[in-house]
Amino acid sequence: MRQVDTKKKTSIIRSLGLGLAVLVAMVIYGYGFQVTKVNLDETRSPRRQEQLVRILRALAKPDIIEYEREEFEVNAPILVPCPAGELTAPEPDRSGPYMILTPQCAEPQTNIRVEGFNFEPRTGGPIIFIPPSEVKLQMGTIETDESGHFEVTVELPKRPSEEVQYVRVITRRNVGAPHFTQTAKDTWDKIIETVFLALLATTIGTALAVPISFFTARNLMKDVRSPLASISLSILAWPAGIAIGIQVSRLVGGLTAVLSDNLALNIGSLFAGLVVAWLPMRWALPQEEIQRPTISLRLARLAALFVASLAAILSLFLLSKLVIELGNVLAVRFQFVRFLGTFITDLGEILAILITLIAALVGGAALSNSAGRLGQLLNTRLPNLARVSLNLLFTALAGATLMALSGAGIDWLYQIDDLSKTLWWPAGIGAVLAFGAALLIKEADTVPIGLVIYYISRTILNALRAIEPLIMVIVFAVWVGIGPFAGVLALSLHTIAALAKLYSEQVESILPGPLEAVTATGANRLQTIIYAVIPQIVPPYISFTMYRWDINVRMSTIIGFAGGGGIGFLLQQNINLFNYRAASAQMIAIAIVVASMDYLSSVMREKVV
Amino acid sequence: MLIIKNLTKIYEGGVLALDNVNFSVEEGQFLAVIGLSGSGKSTLLRCINRLIDPTQGQVIWNGLDITAASHEELRRIRRRIGMVFQQFNLVYRSTVLTNVLAGRLGYVNPAWSLINRFPKSDLEKARQQLQRVGIADKAYQRADELSGGQQQRVGVARAMMQDPEMVLADEPVASLDPVLAHSIMQYLEQINKEDGVTVLCSLHFLDLVHRYADRVVALNEGRLVFEGLPAEIDDKKFKEIYGKDAERVG
Repeated sequence: MRQVDTKKKTSIIRSLGLGLAVLVAMVIYGYGFQVTKVNLDETRSPRRQEQLVRILRALAKPDIIEYEREEFEVNAPILVPCPAGELTAPEPDRSGPYMILTPQCAEPQTNIRVEGFNFEPRTGGPIIFIPPSEVKLQMGTIETDESGHFEVTVELPKRPSEEVQYVRVITRRNVGAPHFTQTAKDTWDKIIETVFLALLATTIGTALAVPISFFTARNLMKDVRSPLASISLSILAWPAGIAIGIQVSRLVGGLTAVLSDNLALNIGSLFAGLVVAWLPMRWALPQEEIQRPTISLRLARLAALFVASLAAILSLFLLSKLVIELGNVLAVRFQFVRFLGTFITDLGEILAILITLIAALVGGAALSNSAGRLGQLLNTRLPNLARVSLNLLFTALAGATLMALSGAGIDWLYQIDDLSKTLWWPAGIGAVLAFGAALLIKEADTVPIGLVIYYISRTILNALRAIEPLIMVIVFAVWVGIGPFAGVLALSLHTIAALAKLYSEQVESILPGPLEAVTATGANRLQTIIYAVIPQIVPPYISFTMYRWDINVRMSTIIGFAGGGGIGFLLQQNINLFNYRAASAQMIAIAIVVASMDYLSSVMREKVV
Repeated sequence: MLIIKNLTKIYEGGVLALDNVNFSVEEGQFLAVIGLSGSGKSTLLRCINRLIDPTQGQVIWNGLDITAASHEELRRIRRRIGMVFQQFNLVYRSTVLTNVLAGRLGYVNPAWSLINRFPKSDLEKARQQLQRVGIADKAYQRADELSGGQQQRVGVARAMMQDPEMVLADEPVASLDPVLAHSIMQYLEQINKEDGVTVLCSLHFLDLVHRYADRVVALNEGRLVFEGLPAEIDDKKFKEIYGKDAERVG
């Protein structure tokens, strides 16, 4: 009995709970209905329904194809009012469309019946009264059936006259072959713009997302550890290296200005530069090295590499000048490929910008790499006391540098203009913090710098991804003006953030075996990535890139709303003008592009995987 | 001469994989490492070239302390130690030739290998190694098009590209049928006998141990429980290594 009781109890509790759950659900959904302003009355109102039907019908008839239209008039004589004598109406010409009026004369403001024959089937138009003054007085509209017949009753206007007056029906009919509407042509232009906008954004985004994705892959970064001394020295060396790189490329760029005046001199020095770059590089980078090189040889190699990079920078600058020149010539001489000439000029200019950027990065990387090695050397070679004190010194300096740089960034953003607040205080605090950290970390211990970089880059990417391209495009439109270029930049930035995440997750899911095997051969980290990681990630990278292109096409419709160019601009205009037939054409264009990209990407994946 | 001194590895989470292991390997020896699955064989081999960093102890190879080597020194040590894996660990989407050439990555200048340029001598060497393991005609096929036995031969060729003084083979034949197993073991034997390369090979089957190994070390739950000649493993020793309930197969 007791058992039965408890069962009963639980079932009561359960049904009470169920009732409560239903009640809670009611409250939740009721509140949902209220805040989303669900309004069933509106959906039933005939006015709304009429509008809805109008829009749906407009959407169903995209404004793509039209015919030349011809107006076609049919006249029938009428006398208003009826004359005194006998009335003999002329027999209508029955070979074409004709109308019969009954009666053939009438008093003003009386009704007559108009019957039409042999008209175009299923067409319509106004029925008009034409007095002798040739003014058009519309009396109504007609609509023919499938045999081209109509019948209406219209009221004659108050226009009595002695002369013969006319009842006229104007119909329009399509003549000639169908052709594309202006909307269709505009849509075509803009969808091409959109596809290329998305293509450029995807290309730029992918090019930057690929290297970034390796820094945001945990499995690659978690083993990157370094002693504190080399990290501090690297941090100190980065800004210095970047400054040197920029300075050097500026100096060399100035030299280029002299050399590129004359075309022959330009080409000649380009070749000389390439040779000067190539030969020392071949010497300084032997293909294989069995013995460990001596210190003096390594220094000589460094010097040779420096000379080679100077020559390389020079050649690249000369090349960019040459390319710009070539583009200009093309654009002027060959008008029909003008866009190609402009493109080549742009390429040259992009190259010139990239040289400085690359020189800065290479300078920073090279200097910090050497500094890092120096740090490792110090860690192993120096006596204890010197090592500890140098360690503390370098770390404090690195901390001060980092904080001073962030202070400079903050100053730039907020315009504090107070050196003590933006430079000395942060530098001091940074030095003290880093000093403390250096005291805590034993100098033999390594710091997981890889994970630090991993978390920092992930955080930046997450922040970037959280900003919608719709907002980015507003900033870029301010910078480069409203148009597709602003859209390209905004979408590129967002693509970097989104793709880097997807890519790095692919890197994290590769087979660890090949990575292990290549590491075991003595390959360095970069070699391991190229020989063990990249072959494994090519197929997913391709499919993600294609998918991103697809996303970018769809996003660029939204981007256009905010001034990013592309088909979105057109779509927004037409929606605002209530021109739903045109908007429908644009939506169809987007759908076609998205569908064909899907097909294309599946074909490509099949080919590559 | 490879000397393992007090080697201990405790994984994150407190799993004791190696417990104070001591032994040494003469140059040119074929040493078999036996023990149950999970007894620490793979960990031991990986601690030697520091794919896994040991928690304590030393690995000293020809007077060089591998456990204390810096990053750069370690690369130079690793390139003289070939490794063969149970799962072959090939890069499946690359060609056989590229997989074999990857064995030279420790020698070639990183700058050149980034653009996939290897010296002509390395290409020649790669062909020779493929010839040696009998799959010269597969050089331009993708690695995943090969059968298991062929894949392991690529693995052996890759290890041999390193001009190794020592080869670590982590259960190289555990994924292969007995016929293929013998053919792979014969390559290892050839490397050992003809080129004088020291081989450390973990194995499951005792008949393979008897057939190929000069000496045997046995691990049980991370401890070294036997060190000696293959012939010395009698039934009593066997029970010590594999546990009371184990029965001999093969």
